Amino acid sequence: MTAGAGRAADLLWRRPWARATAVLSPPLAWFLLVYVASLVVLLITAFWQVNPFTNQVEHVWSLTNFRAFIGNAAYRAIIARTIGMAIAVTVTDAIVAFPFAFFMARVAGPRLRTALLAAILLPLWTSYLARVYAWQLILSHRGALNWTLNQLQLPGVQLAYTNWAMWIVFCYIWLPFMITPMYVAMERIPESYLEASADLGAAGRRTLRKVIVPLALPGIVAGSIFTFALTLGDYITPLLVGGAGSTFIGNVVYNNVGIAGNLPFAAAFALVPVAVMALYLAGAKRLGAFEAL
Amino acid sequence: MMGRNGTTGTVVTAVIGCVAGLLLASCGSSGTSSTSSTSGAAGQPPTAGMKTATSIGKGEGQLNLIAWEGYAQPSWVKPFEQQTGCQVNAKYAGSSDEMVTLMANGGGGQYDLVSASGDADLRLIYSGDVRPVNVHLVPDWTNFIPQLKAPPFNTINGVHYGVSLQWGPNVLLYSKKSFPSAPASWNVIYDPKYKGAVTVPDNPIQIADAALYLSKTQPGLNITDPYELTQAQFNAAVGLLKQQRPLILKYWDLASQEISMFKNGDAVVGAAWPYQTNTLQAAGAPVADEIPAEGATGWADTWMLATHAPHPNCAYQWMKWVSTPTVQAEQAISFGETPANTLACPIMDQQQKGACAQYHANAPASYFNSIKFWKTPIANCGNGKSDCIPYAQWQQAWTTEVTG
Repeated sequence: MTAGAGRAADLLWRRPWARATAVLSPPLAWFLLVYVASLVVLLITAFWQVNPFTNQVEHVWSLTNFRAFIGNAAYRAIIARTIGMAIAVTVTDAIVAFPFAFFMARVAGPRLRTALLAAILLPLWTSYLARVYAWQLILSHRGALNWTLNQLQLPGVQLAYTNWAMWIVFCYIWLPFMITPMYVAMERIPESYLEASADLGAAGRRTLRKVIVPLALPGIVAGSIFTFALTLGDYITPLLVGGAGSTFIGNVVYNNVGIAGNLPFAAAFALVPVAVMALYLAGAKRLGAFEAL
Repeated sequence: MMGRNGTTGTVVTAVIGCVAGLLLASCGSSGTSSTSSTSGAAGQPPTAGMKTATSIGKGEGQLNLIAWEGYAQPSWVKPFEQQTGCQVNAKYAGSSDEMVTLMANGGGGQYDLVSASGDADLRLIYSGDVRPVNVHLVPDWTNFIPQLKAPPFNTINGVHYGVSLQWGPNVLLYSKKSFPSAPASWNVIYDPKYKGAVTVPDNPIQIADAALYLSKTQPGLNITDPYELTQAQFNAAVGLLKQQRPLILKYWDLASQEISMFKNGDAVVGAAWPYQTNTLQAAGAPVADEIPAEGATGWADTWMLATHAPHPNCAYQWMKWVSTPTVQAEQAISFGETPANTLACPIMDQQQKGACAQYHANAPASYFNSIKFWKTPIANCGNGKSDCIPYAQWQQAWTTEVTG
């Protein structure tokens, strides 16, 4: 070892902060450059506009883009539709996941628990697109669902290319992201709490309401962050299973970037989900969701 | 998960420096491509005065294309590369608007040619992203059908901004189960009887289809050209599409989406390209297409030369190559469209029996003339006034009033 390297090593040993800086600075620089810087560029671009005929970006500061979507009923409807769907999917997934997570954490034996966990995570091994296309085949006019209904002498349903189809697909696709944090939160509840609750005379339902739900709440909120954020930012499911009138925020951004070439408007519109998520995370933090992560 | 408040200050200072760097870089690059003037469509295109080549020089070894998927197939790219030594790099674009965006963003220094459709041509010409072309360097140009030698969508004041390639109509596709006999009119896609089973492209140019239909069904509107609409005519067309909206199952973005909607029986009638019909019929689906009584819109593609094309000689070699009867025939059959070169017909029949008639390569001029080809709607509609609705408003109406 040369003298210089030796001195550097001494310095790192004697000064823990220097060691921490050396270790952390590459990932931190990456984070700043790729994540924070791109967010700042996004923010700045949102205040520019494009020349309507030549499609060139003009660096003139204005609030035109924000006025364009705030003052337009169609864009407001798209924002409302996206947020509404994100809420609907989150609530549905929470209701479906709760008994499942409870069963896994408190009822199932270790072997069954492992099998269930694998069953939840298995769909994540296949491509997102494959799973969405599978639903397209199930829900279509001559699909598996209508075939089954016909066999049962029931009338067929037209679900393909509707917002109901999107709701079903989103609920299915994001369910593992709700079950997993909920399961972790419920597994952490000490058995003695439930015994104490029973000893003090609380019936099963009361124990559920007063002990299990409050203690599992951080897990529920953590799961809801996933389902809410993932639905809010999606644009592929609306494209593939949505019908007329299923445009999401992500579709507007995608169309303005790649097709219309209106980057400033896309940037301005992309700030909507950023703002919605900031509010959501602030709310989630108050409910203690980050302690369960 | 998130940085503590204490570190935010240093984070921000560090970021500002690198963002400033990024901004300077982007300002610099957009400054060099400022040849595009904002003079609007009424004047001469910015590149009109540029000199064209008088002969094709030695190839530069590379050729960068922006093309429709299927326009750079190995069966005609490979022999071209061997003969000319120009290696072809193709970037596929999914829509006319995307092509315009790619050409504008590249600053013109990246791509050589773009296979633009008529609704992109005028935007590319008037933004100065493409330059005049000497069609006499393409020997087969003289064999083109007369309508595609100097069509108004790629030739301005006698200056050619590219070489025509292939064309096709937007057809009415229908399920033979729902329509035992061919529907006579486009009115079936506006008919509440087929609610939830109609599909049309997710493309602002669809407003022209509504205008074409209205030009025949409501003569009082005086629509003569579906791409040159006054405010009143435009409002009528958008109004018709708004009425149609509740009937629409889905606005399709990709041909494959429409194919699966017809295959699965979700859609029974819609606007399509012949490509979808061919694909569905090949898969055994009971569908057919036709051009109804009102006529049809259509697309005619042009290879256009980028203003700052880095490999102009290879670009001219390519335009020459894809215009030859053999390559024209190959591409027509491969994609399901009609070649510009009249000599392609017998070769198409050699390659696939009956292909010439199937893809209308032997069609009389009346067939061509029944098609209203896509072109960019601009404010100046040739009547001395600038009271037509430009494309930006078409896009806006389409996304905020019709489909949103």
